[in-house]
Amino acid sequence: MASALARSRETTKERKPGRKVRILIGKPGLDGHDRGAKIIARALRDAGFEIIYTGLHQTPEMIVSAAAQEDVDGIGLSILSGAHNYLLPRIVEMLREKKMGNVVVFGGGIIPDEDIPKLKRKGVDRMFTPGTPLQEIVEYVRERVKPRK
Amino acid sequence: MYDGKKAVKIALEKKRWETKMAGKAKQRSTGRLPRFSTVSDMEIAALYTPADSVVIDYGRDLSFPGEYPFTRGVQPSMYRGRLWTMRQFAGFGSAEDTNARFKFLLRQGQTGLSTAFHFPTLMGYDSDSPRSKGEVGKCGVAIDSLKDMEILFDGIPLDKVTTSMTINGPAAMIFAMYLAVAEKQGASFEKLGGTIQNDILKEYIAQHAWIFPPEPSMRIITDILGFCADRVPKWNTISISGYHIREAGSTAVQELAFTIADGIAYVQAGMDAGIPVDKFAPRLSYFFNAHMDFFEEVAKYRAARRMWARIMKERFKARDENSWKLRFHTQTAGCTLTAQQPINNVVRVALQALSAVLGGTQSLHTNSMDETLALPTEQAATVALRTQQIIADESGAANSIDPLGGSFLVERLTDEMEEKAMEYIAKIDDMGGMVAAIKRGYPQREIADAAFHYQRLVDAGDKRIVGVNSYKMTEDLRIPILKIDEDVEKNQVARTREVRRKRNAKRVKARLEALREGSLSNVNLMPLLLDAAREYATLGEICDVLRETMGTYTDPAKF
Repeated sequence: MASALARSRETTKERKPGRKVRILIGKPGLDGHDRGAKIIARALRDAGFEIIYTGLHQTPEMIVSAAAQEDVDGIGLSILSGAHNYLLPRIVEMLREKKMGNVVVFGGGIIPDEDIPKLKRKGVDRMFTPGTPLQEIVEYVRERVKPRK
Repeated sequence: MYDGKKAVKIALEKKRWETKMAGKAKQRSTGRLPRFSTVSDMEIAALYTPADSVVIDYGRDLSFPGEYPFTRGVQPSMYRGRLWTMRQFAGFGSAEDTNARFKFLLRQGQTGLSTAFHFPTLMGYDSDSPRSKGEVGKCGVAIDSLKDMEILFDGIPLDKVTTSMTINGPAAMIFAMYLAVAEKQGASFEKLGGTIQNDILKEYIAQHAWIFPPEPSMRIITDILGFCADRVPKWNTISISGYHIREAGSTAVQELAFTIADGIAYVQAGMDAGIPVDKFAPRLSYFFNAHMDFFEEVAKYRAARRMWARIMKERFKARDENSWKLRFHTQTAGCTLTAQQPINNVVRVALQALSAVLGGTQSLHTNSMDETLALPTEQAATVALRTQQIIADESGAANSIDPLGGSFLVERLTDEMEEKAMEYIAKIDDMGGMVAAIKRGYPQREIADAAFHYQRLVDAGDKRIVGVNSYKMTEDLRIPILKIDEDVEKNQVARTREVRRKRNAKRVKARLEALREGSLSNVNLMPLLLDAAREYATLGEICDVLRETMGTYTDPAKF
């Protein structure tokens, strides 16, 4: 399946010093709930980040290839299908295989509390659950995600 | 409702009252909030009087239950004759797991079934597709072939229990499997009652479980309309759904407007396909959300009935009264439930359910308190069902028809909702109808804007959510939740592979080839799909054939 990436503005692959932090917002899995992903994408864009949104129904391969193509610094993954325990670690693993292990991966969705430590152990930096204020997510990204060298 | 002279007098009196109160309010400090508005941010006045309802003509705008324009209800006796159907949406794990939950719910007094399919089924993939990895049985029941469908309805007589199936992209294929089970049970098609959601337009707008592009999808839908009109006359062919539009963050007016605009598109498509309107329109039904703002919701249901009746009679010239009636299912709003202090959700659901009942719903699903955390446990699902039973048997809400009719506030809101929704519909008509509007991304954009606006209000504390931005507590969030065994995926994959081994491969191939050819011509696809289902062709195989001939749809990914 083709993927139509939506960018907050025309991005270039060129890396200039002091450039904006670039974040990929991804929707892995088959669920169609994109309300959260779109709101986060807008909030981060308004906070000055460069945003690329993958759209729905992405496989781990599609997300990692978009992340490489766009040379992003962080990936925010929204998932509400219950398949997070398989899909999120798979994405982290594929990033490492592509030598992109320093891309910060975070996520959100319907995630049972007890799954969160497991996801963290597998390399997901942070999981946000329903009811998190936008500001908290913006501040987290500002603090944790820096331009990769 | 009041004559002009009296209304003018009341309006003048209201002015006097306002001036007097404004003086008093100044002494006592100003209002509690700078501005009072619904959850959809529609402004609400301090007081409504008969002067706000002066344009209402009782006979023309309200009338009696069971009479045009049905503002007060579609049936003459409403709940005094028969209560709404208590229909809890259920599905998880394997067909065996869900069959057991169905039987449990029927034993608890539920009166109809509603099936939730897992995401691979919703997207037309088999459980052993690489796209399905990690998803099998997680958010619904895994159905790959007739074999699973037989297990799902084992011991449930399909000519007695009505079943609703939330399925859209592959609605025709799943419906064919259901019909094949009915045949095996010896239930005649004429007796089958139930619903397939089959509302692809709202998939593009909000819910996003699609397979094919809009045009071929609309063709499959009109095939279903034609097939059911001839052969399954009691089946509800489309459940035109506002639910998901609202969950995606729309306002109440947008939910109403976009849903009815979808309904207009289906009626037009059916008529364009040459089916007389009164042959299929009586089997169209609606599905709305019951959100948090009580009066706004009641007004929404009332406005929906009146709008649809007028549209069907005046715009489409339907003659059969049943074509004018907007019958609807309601589900309480999943998006209003909070992960924080989850037991509070029981109260939210009760209020939302009451609004649906006072709004005259035909059937109702009440959400379980644990749905922001996982699929419902048996205990949580029972409390949700009991909530409906308490409203029905203890509250007195079902005694009198349309009990909020005549409320100055509710009548005014009903008018406002209709007026604002009709403005949206006019705009969509100008764009060339809903399919064209969707291609332009218009409803999608409107909803995303509304969702973002609401989130900003919540973050600023202008809209309050108990436990989220007010009355917060530190708490241990762990409550018992339903876990789907990882073995479900392994077992399901094994079963589907066994089905493929055991069936008559030659016949399956022939049926799929017939389907392929049919899809390239303009024959009705339903009989071909039924033939394929009978031979245990899997959902993924059937959809793959059609993906090849009809193409696929990809998210435009706008934010």
